[in-house]
Amino acid sequence: MAGPLKKEKAGVVDEGIDVGISRLSEAKIQSVINGVIESETGARLKTYVETCIHCGLCSEACHYYLSHDKDPHYSPVGKVKQTIWEMLRKKGRVSPEFIRRAAIIAHTECNLCKRCTQYCPFGIDITYLMSVVRRIIHKLGVTPLYIQDTAHSHSVTMNQMWVKGDEWPDTLQWQEEEARVEIPDLRIPMEKEGADIMYSVIAPEPKFQAQLIYQAAIIMQVAGVNWTMPASVGWDNSDMAMFTGDNEIMGRLKRSHFETAARLKVKKIVMGECGHAFRSVYDMGNRWLGWSMPPFTIVHAIEFYHDLIKEGRIKIAKKYRPPITLHDPCNVVRGGGLHEKARYVAHALCENVIEMHPNREHNYCCCAGGGVINTGPPFKMTRIEGNRVKAEQLFVAKTKGAEVLVAPCHNCHSGLHDIVHHYEIGLDIKFFGDIIYEVMEKPAQAGP
Amino acid sequence: MHTFYNVVSGPLAWIAFILFFGGSIYRIVRMLMLVAEKEKFIFTYMSWRYSLRSILHWIIPFATVSWRRQPVLTVITFAFHACLIATPLFLLSHVLLWDEAFAISWWTLPDAVADVMAIIVILGAIYFLARRLTQPDVKFITSASDFVILAIVAAPFVTGFLAYHQWLSYPLVMCLHVLAGDIMLAAIPFTRLSHMLFSPFTRAYMGSEFGKVRHARDW
Amino acid sequence: MVDSRSWDWDTSEKKIPLDSWKAEYQWVEEPYVSPDGEKIAAVVNVDEGEFTVCVNGRAWGETVFDKIWHLRFSPDGRLTALVSEMGEWTMAVNGKAWENKFGYIWEPRFNANGTSIAAAVQQDMQYAMVLNGQPWKQTYANMTFFALSPDGRHTAGAVQVESVDSGEIHKFQEGSFTAALDGKPWDARFVNVWNLAISPEGGHLAAEVRLNLYDYTIAVDGVPWDAHYATVWEPVFNPISGTVVAPVREKGMWGLAENGNILWDRRFFQLWHQMFSPDGSRLAAIVAPSYGRWTVAVDGVPWSATFTKLVTDAVFSPDGQRIAALAKDAETFRVVVDGSPWSGTWDMAWKPVFSPDGKDVAAKVEKKGQYTYAVNDRVWSTSCDAAWDPIFSPEGTHLMLRTIEAGSYVRRIVPVSEIAA
Ligand code: SF4
Ligand code: SF4
Ligand code: SF4
Repeated sequence: MAGPLKKEKAGVVDEGIDVGISRLSEAKIQSVINGVIESETGARLKTYVETCIHCGLCSEACHYYLSHDKDPHYSPVGKVKQTIWEMLRKKGRVSPEFIRRAAIIAHTECNLCKRCTQYCPFGIDITYLMSVVRRIIHKLGVTPLYIQDTAHSHSVTMNQMWVKGDEWPDTLQWQEEEARVEIPDLRIPMEKEGADIMYSVIAPEPKFQAQLIYQAAIIMQVAGVNWTMPASVGWDNSDMAMFTGDNEIMGRLKRSHFETAARLKVKKIVMGECGHAFRSVYDMGNRWLGWSMPPFTIVHAIEFYHDLIKEGRIKIAKKYRPPITLHDPCNVVRGGGLHEKARYVAHALCENVIEMHPNREHNYCCCAGGGVINTGPPFKMTRIEGNRVKAEQLFVAKTKGAEVLVAPCHNCHSGLHDIVHHYEIGLDIKFFGDIIYEVMEKPAQAGP
Repeated sequence: MHTFYNVVSGPLAWIAFILFFGGSIYRIVRMLMLVAEKEKFIFTYMSWRYSLRSILHWIIPFATVSWRRQPVLTVITFAFHACLIATPLFLLSHVLLWDEAFAISWWTLPDAVADVMAIIVILGAIYFLARRLTQPDVKFITSASDFVILAIVAAPFVTGFLAYHQWLSYPLVMCLHVLAGDIMLAAIPFTRLSHMLFSPFTRAYMGSEFGKVRHARDW
Repeated sequence: MVDSRSWDWDTSEKKIPLDSWKAEYQWVEEPYVSPDGEKIAAVVNVDEGEFTVCVNGRAWGETVFDKIWHLRFSPDGRLTALVSEMGEWTMAVNGKAWENKFGYIWEPRFNANGTSIAAAVQQDMQYAMVLNGQPWKQTYANMTFFALSPDGRHTAGAVQVESVDSGEIHKFQEGSFTAALDGKPWDARFVNVWNLAISPEGGHLAAEVRLNLYDYTIAVDGVPWDAHYATVWEPVFNPISGTVVAPVREKGMWGLAENGNILWDRRFFQLWHQMFSPDGSRLAAIVAPSYGRWTVAVDGVPWSATFTKLVTDAVFSPDGQRIAALAKDAETFRVVVDGSPWSGTWDMAWKPVFSPDGKDVAAKVEKKGQYTYAVNDRVWSTSCDAAWDPIFSPEGTHLMLRTIEAGSYVRRIVPVSEIAA
């Protein structure tokens, strides 16, 4: 079945890739590839490539492979073969067309979800190999348009969505005002030095989903948390530069995030329900900056809610009725081990939790992660077709009675939304925050 | 034939052992030096506990999700690898050679058992060959070198099996057997058979990253 | 620096009760204290959508605002806040709003002696800096990083001068940003401009610039250094010679460069927050000499003591002879002076303060929500519900300690010898 790829794949038009490719020469390709390999890689790349026994045990791990009827082009090691192996074997002498294909594979046919690493007997880190490919693609200037634009937004504004300096505090004040209808003395304390925690979110929240900030503010207020949000750059914890291989911008973003926390004299950073941001803050960005572990304890929303519920700081007035099923975002389960805490929260909030299988740290990725959803409309179908197995998984949950899908990760949320819609599964998708807000005990509504 | 035998079992064997041990040490030391030179941060994350936890899961059949998903492969690969290592090590005739040459000896396998074990290795090799030729995802990533290393591994067992049963020309087969053994030993550090050397390290690293940093299972 | 000689250094204790505030207002936000310790203020809610600031128990001025935030005392003791009235924003100083109003105002900053207040402003989706109430004449479609000169007479911003629509990645990569000093932009265009610094005498502007997606350097007055780097961090001016020094990254390691020439022999896993001693003769920076280990390097030589989590808030003594910083291991902070960590560990510590002669070091510290002070590694006996940074008297013999204890604000003058050994 190692035949040619389906037609429509090759035909995708992406200005970032196409214009980038048109500017490439073979000499440039060669010097960039060899430059990256020589100066930026070491024992890992060499050992992984030489140790891989070409056994294919990783294939079954990958949702793209499974969703494409086991087309070997989509197996993890198959993607490695089509990219970095060739680059190494040919010592960088590959064609612009090869680079186009490599860009599409590394950016849209792999979510860097690390599932395959769990299935390889040697623990070969395919995610790392794909990241090296993305780094090369970045250095060649062939990154897909949408995610490159996002990386530019990061570089200018230190956030993902071109949110300007004034728009951020303005949005917080607007949400604060809205929430005061519900709780009159509610505050979103900005720039409160010495608070216990800094709450950080990703830029889509102020841009499109301000109600999430509203809900978070209510939860904080009711739980009596001493919290703050910065009014300067550093409030956004997202990081697409990490996924475009633009490590220098990744480092810049994370420095701004950590130093904002240091400036505000907080003890912990609590972050909203986002997977990739957790990876960036907890695992990737800190390392590039020289921190073996982040300088501040990083608390993902799942863990934060877990602690609030467990300590009785928020109480559940009435459990959520509709049966839910829970998606495990890979960045916080495979990347942070929060799967049991997620279940604790789910059971504390909801009457009926229906498990999907496989689950916990073996769950299938949503196919949005690793920056794939951020490559935008040209690759939307790549994501949807690449995750038929997730659709099947969701469908089983649905037949068992699930009505609501909880996805405590922004990218998962959007990615699963597309899957649920395309495969007509009919599940509502929610964040934990949505449900907590709905079922928690709140001070009596302020009367008019 | 006699001189040929003397060569393969004398100087060539010496060379093979030197290449195997020297090469293995060299490759591992080089790898560690490369880590120290370019990716020193890796040492920061290494943990004995999580390294061993990971290695342990992966050397026990069916102890990982991956093994459980592939029951046939798992049985065969464990049997293959176990026999591959144990047969030459505990074969009576091999131990006798050690005894003759260096007056050292150890416990040995009954010949009939060793014979079965050799057959297991050969059947395993055939299974892997068939898998490479028929399973699309494996076929897709297979290169000529994969067949070569499979042949390198199978050869000592095929020839050993033939020699034991005295089929074909015993002296010739015997010579070829020793030669094949030499080649395999020497090839381990310098081909992808080196997964034997490196897998404990890659496993340990991933086990440490998953266990210590990410608090998740890597099996 | 602010002259503290006129402050009251004789009265050993002054108290202002705070409990009554809560009864008077719907709610009282976190308080701020003036540098001379005489005033305590907080944003308070009068009624739905009506805010004022309560200073020593009295409302500041007549005006009640729709919104008030970012309440801060300037170094010279003026009380400032960002205020909104009828949908327009401005800065209020001691209760009086600036005459100029804006669509939005944020990130206010003061120069060291407090003579100037600057902030970023937006009006009709155009951006500028405002200095003491006067906005730049020029406005820009976007402005991202801001600076106020040490003398308080100049402001700068990283501004967008070419319009680029979202998605126009290749146009963006040709460069649409530059820096503007007092509103006047450089001619040069850069992909990005970050972290500006204005020279001590106010005439020059330096910034981090990105020339294309891969090459970074420092530009001074619009002219980039000849040398390019994998990336760079914030430039600073030598206060005496006026040269520009910035951390630069090459081959995966960080060094320090002056006007494009490498300054220190050593390379580090990280290097940032470089700072000159007041006389410009010594240069120190926060560094990671090895992966995951942090310390301070002085003139290129790192302290031998290293810390795992964080080193922050480094400061030179006034005579430039000593350096203090904060270091974090696991979840605890310590004060480190000249490479020797103090024995006391804290949940949080604030930037250490040197006495004028540099002999004594004091810092505000906190453990389990209780605040106190540590001086020369000795801990003050009182623990408080809140505290502000300690201030040495002009002779360095006394400390002004500003705290909240049992519902009252307390201003104390304590002999240094009472705490320190
Ligand atoms: S998508 Fe996940 S499982 Fe598939 S290759 Fe990438 S990291 Fe591996
Ligand atoms: S499972 Fe591991 S060794 Fe086997 S092909 Fe995949 S990456 Fe290579
Ligand atoms: S988007 Fe969510 S499931 Fe998907 S990669 Fe991120 S964390 Fe994983």
